[in-house]
Amino acid sequence: MDFRRVLSILIAVPVLLVGCVAPGGGAGAKGPIKIGLLAPVSGAFAANGQDMVRGWELWWKQHGNKVAGREVQWFHEDTASNPDVALNKARLLVEQRGVHMLAGPLAANEGLAVAGYIRGTEIPFFMPVVSADDLTQRQRAPNILRVAGWTSSQVHHPFGEWACKQGYKTIVTLGNDYAFGHEVVGGFVNTYTDAGCKVLEQLWNPLTEQDFSPYIARIQALKPDAVFALQVGASATRFLQAWSQFGLKDKIPLLAGETTVDQSNIRGFQNPDIVVGIISAGHYAEGRESPATQEFVKAYMEAYGDIPSYYAAAMYTAAQWLTQAMEAVQGNVEDRKAFLEAVRKVELKDSPFGPEKLDDYNNPILNVYIRKVVKQPDGRVWNVVLETIPNVSQFWKWDPEEFLKRPVYSRDYQPGFNPKK
Amino acid sequence: MSAWRWTGIGIALLLGIALPYLVAPVYVNLASEILIFGLLAMSIDLLIGYAGLVPLGHAAIFGVAAYVVAYLNVRMGLPHTVAIPAGILGALLVSAVFGALAVRTAGLYFMLITLAEGMLIWGLAYRWTSVTGSENGIGGITRPGFLLLPWQFYYAVLGLFVLCVLTLYRVSHSPFGLTLKGIRDNESRMPMLGYDVALHKFLAFLISGGFAGIAGAAYALYNRFVSPTTVEFARSAEGVLMVILGGSGTLVGAVLGSALVLLTRNIVSLYTDRWLIVMGTLFVLVILLMPDGLLRGLGRLARRLRIPAVWTRLAPLRVRLSPSFSARKPVQELSAPTKHDTP
Repeated sequence: MDFRRVLSILIAVPVLLVGCVAPGGGAGAKGPIKIGLLAPVSGAFAANGQDMVRGWELWWKQHGNKVAGREVQWFHEDTASNPDVALNKARLLVEQRGVHMLAGPLAANEGLAVAGYIRGTEIPFFMPVVSADDLTQRQRAPNILRVAGWTSSQVHHPFGEWACKQGYKTIVTLGNDYAFGHEVVGGFVNTYTDAGCKVLEQLWNPLTEQDFSPYIARIQALKPDAVFALQVGASATRFLQAWSQFGLKDKIPLLAGETTVDQSNIRGFQNPDIVVGIISAGHYAEGRESPATQEFVKAYMEAYGDIPSYYAAAMYTAAQWLTQAMEAVQGNVEDRKAFLEAVRKVELKDSPFGPEKLDDYNNPILNVYIRKVVKQPDGRVWNVVLETIPNVSQFWKWDPEEFLKRPVYSRDYQPGFNPKK
Repeated sequence: MSAWRWTGIGIALLLGIALPYLVAPVYVNLASEILIFGLLAMSIDLLIGYAGLVPLGHAAIFGVAAYVVAYLNVRMGLPHTVAIPAGILGALLVSAVFGALAVRTAGLYFMLITLAEGMLIWGLAYRWTSVTGSENGIGGITRPGFLLLPWQFYYAVLGLFVLCVLTLYRVSHSPFGLTLKGIRDNESRMPMLGYDVALHKFLAFLISGGFAGIAGAAYALYNRFVSPTTVEFARSAEGVLMVILGGSGTLVGAVLGSALVLLTRNIVSLYTDRWLIVMGTLFVLVILLMPDGLLRGLGRLARRLRIPAVWTRLAPLRVRLSPSFSARKPVQELSAPTKHDTP
């Protein structure tokens, strides 16, 4: 009686819970195409994750959620900016919702955690934002594809060479002290020193840095020709503010890594003059004069009121990419081999990023833009293109196999500075 | 032990064993995670509930074991029979050093020292790239062949968990455990009775660290990926939170705390992006309604449910809540359906 009651409650509650949770269940014969979207909308990267969801949503809003006669269903799950949650959510999406493929997440550690799980399955996994070099290099897998993505160092290889050619003979680098920062700065330093210029010193600051004055004082003391800075999110905002406040903005040329002046950071400044004029490199330039980019920017602004950041553009372009591939296989995504082959064959003549296609290692060959922040008549700031470097591969001008024999860029491996060439 | 306790244990065990038959593999995985973090929380509970010490760096000890297993398994290619014991040994070594530094203090100072120790490990995980892979972590940890499937791994973790509960129960109910309680209740009196307080605290820290290490090693195999998030302060604080939610000094209560935290994070977030609000509300409710933790609170609730006259007991409450105001009516009339009430 009472026993049974307690027992039945104890058993019924979890069972009911599970019953509620499992709306999807296994993949039907010819039901909808199901796509799992992993993006953080809570935790440290919540704002950027929101951009990802919006970019993704915009494509399906514009193009209807039907591909080759099959309905497309997508499920967004919050990774909470935490690799363990990302991993659990990926499992839930695959095993419970029965998704045919996964797209996302944002942070490198989230991507690496999910990739570890994906490697043991055949589920296609697309990473438009996660840029950890090794996921399409030393730790690549046949079902992990970086559609509309990039590697951290890819964009900054050409930038290093470009910077040296501009006549900036000496430089100081200031990077966020974690893997992404190490890879970006490493890529820059590698080609910069190859071109014959000199790195005076490398400074590293934690993501949570509040006070940039010691770094800026050090930079002033070193008197470099230019500074290369790679900052992410809130630390980028604080750095740019400090850079302007200390009056260095018009004294020492600042060369910024892609995320430092990404739209998601620069749109927040009350005084846009803090960022106007900053030169950077990127695979995305929201001010690029091309119908593909400008139509996307316009549609996104109409829908959400902001100029889209690279996070939004990446997910939008990924959706475009996957749609083309799904059309090529007549919506038959169950044949994973054929579908992955179709994804690899997609060649975007133009996209918000420009033309893109995958290399043999599942990473796009793309345009790198040398960008400059300018103010529009309405006061908004965005990045416009100064120079385009076309067809940049993640291996730059090196032979891929040679490149892969070197270690991945890290704080201890910054070729040209440490070890010296 | 009371009959109630035995039935509770029986039901919990039964549920634990039946779980893989009841739910989908994803949730079996989640259950493994709950048990692993429950084990970590239990190791913390040995310090909080028995020695009266609140450690804020236990995720670091847990993480050391996970990192050692990951490093030996992935980078050195050593078999599990070497990597797992080495991981637990690593956790023991670290907790010996940390314990020796921390046990001379108590209260707030103990918290601060353990917090600093935890940050130390986090700093290493973050900066010692050649070993830990920094933010990229160490991925691709293998599992022994017989632990590959979710249910296989779950049963292994369940067995491990039960074993650890029994051991910890034994420890906490031994004279040693009683001495710890004595230290918790009156630290200045214990030396006068001839007990070496620092030594007892140190041993408690060491034992606790050992169990955190076992949990960490299991976690490395479970998650197959270790990154600095594993050792960060938020994890340590979460462990303490699990203990408080489950009820400190109950040991197994910790697993309820762990279930509450992990289920909200992984399941509630399926339904709403604002799951953090739900989580916060749940915590506040637990602390308000069951200030001594979920285990004791639920135990009380179950005992209450046993009272046959529960329905009549609730009658006055129903009256007050019913829209037709009739509080002045005698209670016995109200046991009939409220339709008959006249306003």
